[in-house]
Parts: sequence; structure tokens; C-alpha cells
Amino acid sequence: MDHLFGKLSLAAIPFDELPAMLAGGAMVGGFIALVLLITYLGKWKWLWTEWLTSVDHKKIGIMYIIVALVMLLRGFADALLMRTQQAMAVGENHGFLPPHHYDQIFTAHGVIMIFFMAMPFMVGLMNIVVPLQIGARDVAFPFLNSLSFWLFMVGVVLVMLCLIVGEFGQTGWLAYPPLSEKEFSPGVGVDYYIWSLQISGIGTLISGINFFVTILKMRCPGMTLMKMPVFTWTALCANILIIIAFPVLTVSLSMLTLDRYLDFHFFTNSGGGNAMMYVNLIWIWGHPEVYILVLPAFGIFSEVVSTFSRKRLFGYNMMVYATACITLLSFIVWLHHFFTMGAGANVNAFFGIATMIISIPTGVKIFNWLFTMYKGKISFNAPMYWTIGFMITFSIGGMTGVLLAVPGADFLLHNSLFLIAHFHNVIIGGVVFGYVAGFNYWFPKAFGFKLNEKLGKCAFWCWLVGFYVAFMPLYVLGFMGATRRLSHYDAATGWHPLFVIALVGALIIFAGIGFQLLQVFVSVLQRKQNMDVTGDPWDGRTLEWDTASPPPFYNFAFVPHVNSLEPHWDNKQAAKNQAEQPKRKYEDIHMPKNTGVGFVIGMLAFTFSFGMIWDIWWLAIVSAVGMFAGVAYRSFDYDIDYYVKAEEVERIENEISNRKIA
Amino acid sequence: MSNKLKSVFLLIGAMLLLSGCDHLIVLNPKGAVGAEEKKLILTAIGLMLIVVIPVIIMTLVFAFKYRASNPNLDYDPEFHHSNKIEVVVWTIPIIIISILATITWHTTHSLDPYRPLDEPGKPITIQVVALDWKWLFIYPEQNIATVNLVEFPVDRPVEFRVTSDAPMNAFQIPQLGGQIYAMAGMQTKLHLIANEAGDYFGRSVNISGRGFSGMQFVARAVAQEDFDKWVQQVKQEPNNLSANEYYQLVKPSEDDPVKLYASVQPNLFNNIIMKFMMPGMEDLSVDHGSMVMSH
Repeated sequence: MDHLFGKLSLAAIPFDELPAMLAGGAMVGGFIALVLLITYLGKWKWLWTEWLTSVDHKKIGIMYIIVALVMLLRGFADALLMRTQQAMAVGENHGFLPPHHYDQIFTAHGVIMIFFMAMPFMVGLMNIVVPLQIGARDVAFPFLNSLSFWLFMVGVVLVMLCLIVGEFGQTGWLAYPPLSEKEFSPGVGVDYYIWSLQISGIGTLISGINFFVTILKMRCPGMTLMKMPVFTWTALCANILIIIAFPVLTVSLSMLTLDRYLDFHFFTNSGGGNAMMYVNLIWIWGHPEVYILVLPAFGIFSEVVSTFSRKRLFGYNMMVYATACITLLSFIVWLHHFFTMGAGANVNAFFGIATMIISIPTGVKIFNWLFTMYKGKISFNAPMYWTIGFMITFSIGGMTGVLLAVPGADFLLHNSLFLIAHFHNVIIGGVVFGYVAGFNYWFPKAFGFKLNEKLGKCAFWCWLVGFYVAFMPLYVLGFMGATRRLSHYDAATGWHPLFVIALVGALIIFAGIGFQLLQVFVSVLQRKQNMDVTGDPWDGRTLEWDTASPPPFYNFAFVPHVNSLEPHWDNKQAAKNQAEQPKRKYEDIHMPKNTGVGFVIGMLAFTFSFGMIWDIWWLAIVSAVGMFAGVAYRSFDYDIDYYVKAEEVERIENEISNRKIA
Repeated sequence: MSNKLKSVFLLIGAMLLLSGCDHLIVLNPKGAVGAEEKKLILTAIGLMLIVVIPVIIMTLVFAFKYRASNPNLDYDPEFHHSNKIEVVVWTIPIIIISILATITWHTTHSLDPYRPLDEPGKPITIQVVALDWKWLFIYPEQNIATVNLVEFPVDRPVEFRVTSDAPMNAFQIPQLGGQIYAMAGMQTKLHLIANEAGDYFGRSVNISGRGFSGMQFVARAVAQEDFDKWVQQVKQEPNNLSANEYYQLVKPSEDDPVKLYASVQPNLFNNIIMKFMMPGMEDLSVDHGSMVMSH
């Protein structure tokens, strides 16, 4: 039996942990319901041919964002559990979560929100928007794009599965050793952590390479680097960061894997291991990761503020240089995450000052957005609400961040709830607000109809108010000496009222998420009223608004030629003074074929990880061989592309123009 | 905004103030190090508000003034570059960050946890060991040891030498300032002083497993005479921290009460460090202090 199932037995299912069982039950129930629904509607073939095997960047982008939203719910459920526990567990009351369970929740919350909510949301938006903005028909490596997605899904499935089979890490989201070593974490929790991050991290790295090449090599004629839209610029910088930083994550996790599986001593207490090395390595990846998330959000705000102010972005060149500065600087600040490790004063001062310097280009960006609004004609659609909410909230988060960059101040505030308040301030106020702004802004492009404005604004107000009610108390708690990750505290600390207020804030944010779901639901129902037949619902300025909404699978019937920063805007201005353009003759279009290989390799990567986590070695070996075979098969498959006939293009284009007339 | 919503916010604000004042211990330091760090926090916030407040005001004013529905809209779609503005928006943050960077350079050195304090008085050395999940304090000069209670004379600098015989923890007494990681096989240092007698709350602030939430201790600053008396009292205690007793103590336990030891196995602290560095050497009685990683 041991050979067949490894460590896996019925005891792996945590029947005694009610919240995990409820969540797991809901998850399994939801999955079964989904399977039944698809079967009932007879949509399996459609799902396979149109989605699971698709290499179309727009569809892959949509799948990423759907997963991100599902994982937002999971991560937020974790947040609510934590907030409830901390609002209860004071004095005699120990709350409803024992440390073993509570520690899994805060670990999962961090991992999910960063890796399985923010990252896929960002990669999803990039997938949908970047090829359109640069006038390309797909990404440079369409198959790799599909493979990235399915590798990323392995991480998602593992993180969900550990709810009902086994456990998750209890180490905090970065799994610092020696706590994460076998000696102190003998269970499978850390192994779930390692494999979910390792496999999805490789997916992200492949995405990074893919988009780096796409942006550099696939821009349409005339689009020089300095004519690239700002979102594409920030995406380029984020992908450079991915390419440099993610291998570090891969290596650090591999070293931890060797420690745990083969008794190595890289980071153990004993045998001369050095945990400080892991902490350094993980932050050499982890700090750039923050910028991987936030730079594209800056790009989104730039697009939104310019479109809705009816003005060109103020100081485009400065914006590009500021982004490049941040990209470079983000690699020399990692040590500010552990000034308290005992490095010398010179080292701490260097990293502290380097960190502060980042606030200069970031500040310049905020001023550029401000002066884009200046002398503009601002219409207040939902994306603009999120942008203004961001500018105010992020300024505060930036300020507390610079404060934490001062080592002398950090000694007092490190590991306190002040730190937690700070990074939620920049991640919610910067990253989440940005992605939601982008979601509202590009939704009509992806689906052909606009989202409901009123519900979008309700969601915004709940998020904004909820954020302040939930996290301002955490800043105060930090000054009251409240430490992060506590599952219980004494009544004499006086922290209790503030934890209760923070819970109220979390519930307000929860209402915001409810409004967002309702917004999507209502908008789908009312899509007939909100149709975007022009392809340009916001009077946009960049190339993605030049094609239909949703764009045909080949994006552009004719590859655009560009000679300015805002080609779409300039075309519109020119068209006003011009008679209708003469009809051009359609040509055959070269496109990639769909393939199921990415999906299959993803499934094998999942069984491989599952085998590794539970010591089911035969499964791991068979899966590894299968993955290799999949890659080999794909490498020798030369039948990967085809031509869309000119007549077919003409038919589709006519259909699109008929939509406009109707 | 409706009146109802306003009153809710007022209520929340009042609760924040009421609950906060007594308990804002970080802003109520009891020693020179904490006081310096508090001053640093307030200076840095003040400097940054010079930029942050105008940005927030400008955001609101611009959003209101340049709304499309403004009847007197001053719309200029061609305004997308201005050397003057760009010089200003680069210069002001650069000036502020330069000032802050200078302050940072100086204070990072003056507040370096490894640097002996400039305060008068002969420093007292206390060795700190983070265990699963309690704090062991060894007094090498007095040859006593305590668990979850550290007592020291007021107005006398204290040199904490910190290590771990467990996962990584972080040692902090918020009202006295500073913080330092406790790591196995390594020694870190933290210099603190209490300028006012009293009981201060201390704890581990870095997650170390199941018993982490209860891993707290009392830091008690008393007059020198009281400290000397206390040491004598501890020396009368029945328990001694022998090697055997230590192996019992190391076993994981949660929410431990205060324990006092009348004497300590010689060289225990160094041996705890060395057992991770060179297994087998921990039983040698020579002093490995010079080989211990220090700053």
C-alpha cells in the first residue's frame, strides 16, 4: 500500500476542522455542479475546442481573470476568518481557530492573494491588452502562452486541494526556514506550498519571456519604443523583472525542496545551514515581485487618466524613464524587508536610502497623472473613480512605506500590524484598485458590452470606505505594539476595539466584492442595452480601440501602421476631415492552431506535484516522463499554423460592420 | 454624505481615540533608544507630509475643477508637456528624500542595535535564547537565569546578546525600542536602556510556530538596589539550570510561567550557539566567544 499511496490515507482529510470542511465542501459541491451544468448544456466539446485548447491571447487572458476572481473570493474568505478570529480571541476567549488552523489561513491568504489573485489578474490583463495595443495578431509564442496558463492552474488546484486533502503551510507566506524545514514543519503543508509556487512560478517565468519577446518583436510597423502605449511599457518592465526575479524563486524553492526531501542543509539550524540565505534569496525575488504587480497597475492608471481626461498623458517621456528607474532600483532594495536581521549600519543605511530613492520616480508618476487631469475634461466613469481613489490612498501608503524604509523607525514597526497596514495600503490602494480600473476599462473590449456603471461605483465606494475602516485601525494597532500573525492576545493590551472595527471594515470590503459580482451579473443580463458596437466605447486613444469589441480572433484585418503615440486618436481626428476611406483588399492571415498539449502537460504537472507531496513516487516518475514526452511531441510537431482565407476575413469583417449599422 | 454615515464615522473616530491613548505604547517610550526612534518616526512623517498633503488636495481640486460638467471648463487638450512643471516635480521629492536620506544615514548608525549606548553607567550583559515557545534569559555576570521575565536596573545600559534554539524569532520590547532577530547558531546584539522603572511588555514578533502568540515576557526595570536584592533572591531559588534541566526546558511548551534558576551551567549560551556550528564541540569547556559570529 505504501508504494501505491505513499503517505496518503483517509487521515489526510481534516474532518475535525469545520471551516476547512465547509469551504472544501462548497468547493467540491461547486465543482460537481459546474460539471453537471456543462454536461446538461452539452458544452464539453465547446469548452475543449474554444477554451481549454485555445492559444488565443484574449481567451487565455479571460481565463486568467476568471480564475483570479475565484481566488479573490477564496483569499478574501481567509481574510474574513482572520479578522473574525482576531476580533474574538482576546483574554479568556481563544476564538474559533486553533493556531494550527489559524496559521494555515494567514499563510494561504498571503500566497493566494499574491500568486493566485494578483498575478493572474495582471497576466490576464496583459494577455488581453498588450497584443492589441501593439497591433499584433497574437503573442510571440502562442503555445507557450497556453502552457503558462495550465502550469499556473496547477498551483491553483494544489492550493484548493490542500483544503480537503492534507493541510497548507503554517509558516507565513514566504515560508522562512528553519520553521519551514522538516524539523519544525513535518507535515505536507510546506510541500503543498513548495510545489504550488514552483510549478506556477515556472508558468509565470514562461509568460514573462513570452511577453518580453512579444513586445520587443511583434510591434506593428512604425511603433518605435517611444511610441508604445504606457501600459505596454509597464508590461515590458514587469516582464523584465519576471525574467530576472523568478529564477531566484525557483532556485530558493528548489534548495528548500532539497533540504526537505533529501536532508540537505542549506537553511537548516543544524549542519551549518543558514536560514539568512533563504531570507535574502526569497526577497531578492520578493521585492521585484511587488513591482511586477504594481508597474502594470501604474500603466492602467496612465491609460485611464488620459482617456477620461480627454488629454494626452502629461510627460510621457518622464513616465517611461520613471518606470525604467523603478525597474532598476527594485533590485537593490530587498534587504529593507529584514533590517532587524543584524546587518551592519552601513548595509542597512544603503538599502534604506535606496528604497527611499524609489519614491522619487513614483512621486513623479503621481504628479504626471495630476497634470494629465489639469486642464482636462474629466468624465467620471467607474475606472476614473478607482484612479482617484488610488491617487489619494497610494500617497498615504507610499508615505508609510518610506517611513518603514528608515531602519531606525523600522526597528520599532517591523513585524507589527503597522507593516501589515502599509502593504495592504499599497497593494489594495495600488494593485487592486488598478486592476479593477483596468477590468472596468477593458471589459467592453473583451466582451463587446460595457459594465454597469452604477454598480461599479457602489463597489468602489465600499472598497474605498472598507479599506480605510479595515486598515487605519491596523496602523494604530502597530503603534500599540500589536504583532502580526497573532491568534490570541491579552485583554490588557487594549487592542480589542480596534480589531472589531477592522472586522467591520473587512465586511464593508466584502460588500464591495458583492457589488462587483452583481455588476458582472447584471451587466451580462442587460448586455443588449450596453452593447459596444463601435469598438471604442470610451473615445480611446490607443490601438486596442481601433478594432472591434470583442476583436475578431485575428485582432486586426490589416496590420496597423503607426506614426504617433496615440494612433487611434489621431486617426479619429484625421477621419473627421476626410471622406470615407477607400476599401482595401483583404489578404490571407497567418494564425496559430489550437493545441491540447499545454493542457495535458499541465495535468501531468499536477499529478507529478501530487506524487511528490504525498511520496507517491511511481506517480511522480510516470508524470515526469509524460511531461517530457509532451514537450518532445510538441517540439517535433510542425503542423502548428494555418492561413485564414481572405474570403473568410472579409465575411467576418462584413459581419462586424453590419453590427455597427444595426 | 448622509448624516447617519457621518455619525458612524464620528463614533469610529471617538472609539479610536478612546481605545488608543493609553495603549499607544510605541509612542510612549520609556528609554533613550525608544525615544530617539519615536522622534525619528515623527520627523520622517512630517517631512513626507510636505508632499503628500498637497498631492491629496491637488487630486481633489483637479478632479472637481476639471470635471466635464463644469460650465467654465478651461480645457486644453494640447497641454501635455511643461519643462517647468517637470523640473518642479522632480526637484521637490529629490530635496525631501535627500534630507531624509541624510537623517537616515546618521540615525541608522546612531541607532544601530549593535552599537553600545552613549548613556552613562556600566552596561549589564544579558544573554537571550528564544526557545519553543518561551524566552530564556541568562545573566553571565550574576550567574542566574530566568524564563519569560527579564529584570534589569533602570538607567543602566543593557546589552542583550540574542540567539535561538528553535526556529527564527524576533526579540522586541516595544517601549524600550529596537528589535532584533534571534537565529540558531548565530548571535545578534541589541543595546537598550530603561530610563523609567516599570514593567514593560516584550514578545517574539516573528512567527515561530504553534505557541508563537503566547511567546511573551515581562521586561522589568527597577532601581539598582532592588535589582541587587532580586539577584540575591533568585540565588536562593531551588532550581539550577544544569545541562539536564536545559534539555528539559528546550522541549516545546506553550504559555510558560516565569521560572527562576539560582545558577547556570558554565558557558551554556556559547554552547547553544556552537552546537549548530560544530556538532560535538558543545561539550568543550573552552570559550568559543571569539568564533561566534558577531558584528
